[in-house]
Amino acid sequence: MSQELFDRFTKCAVELLSVDAAKVTRDARFKEDLEADSLDLVEFVMALEEEFSVEVPEKELEGITTVGQAFDLIAAKAK
Amino acid sequence: MSRVVLITGGSRGIGLATAQRFAALGDKVAVTYNTSVPTGDFLAVQCDVTKQEDVDRTFAEVEEKLGPVEILVSNAGITRDGLLLRMKEQDFAEVLDANLTGAFRVSKRATQTMLRARKGRIILVSSVVGLLGQAGQANYAASKAGLVGFARSLARELGSRSITVNVVAPGPVDTDMTRALGEEKLQAFAALVPLGRIATTDEVAGVITFLASSDAAYITGAVIPVDGGLGMGH
Repeated sequence: MSQELFDRFTKCAVELLSVDAAKVTRDARFKEDLEADSLDLVEFVMALEEEFSVEVPEKELEGITTVGQAFDLIAAKAK
Repeated sequence: MSRVVLITGGSRGIGLATAQRFAALGDKVAVTYNTSVPTGDFLAVQCDVTKQEDVDRTFAEVEEKLGPVEILVSNAGITRDGLLLRMKEQDFAEVLDANLTGAFRVSKRATQTMLRARKGRIILVSSVVGLLGQAGQANYAASKAGLVGFARSLARELGSRSITVNVVAPGPVDTDMTRALGEEKLQAFAALVPLGRIATTDEVAGVITFLASSDAAYITGAVIPVDGGLGMGH
């Protein structure tokens, strides 16, 4: 896992989800641990798309509940 | 308290009257026009709401010159009247594209910054015919009815961020669009209105500025008739 990519990912999360960087861990669950609702997540994904110049179709977001899952999805595309 | 207001279709009629009202309240107002440039105490931006690139360019210009849009009035609209049997698919599609999809394009773009701000007002200008129906205006009425479902869905999606979304449904108003019906038809229309007359553009504009005011903070997903009673019961 690239630390540089994860730092950028974390920066987006801090900004969009208004959480402490320390809470953005791979195991953190968006809804339960980061208290993000569906609108927060839509905004977050859009910010990630911009930050990493990638596109994430709605379909690929299905079943994603944790920071680690989301990061892996973005990191795989960011290459 | 000077707010940034964007009104689409502001070169005349309801849009222009609304722009003048907001400007008189001291707000920073931008209006879009398609062909005829309006003049007044506001920023005028050329924008065809059927073109996504026009919408993007308009918001960029407004954001740069006035700031992020806090109040959006989606008012731009067209008519292509004709009885169903004579109505071409193109007439139907063009009206939907301008009146309904146009509202989608500007609302979507405005929402981006309203979400960040955790506040915003979206006001969609519909028509009494959206729920009443009107012979010869199946396309226009469908587009205006569509705005109701669109607005109410947005009201649910955006309510948690203190963004309200409402619809204003005017009856016959003294504008170029209604004058195109002809004096005779217009008088016949006015006779159907319980108040016995058509509305002035200012009477509609006043309801729009009300919906944007702090007094209307708890109103969302509403369809406000400004129709002299024509659509009573909807």
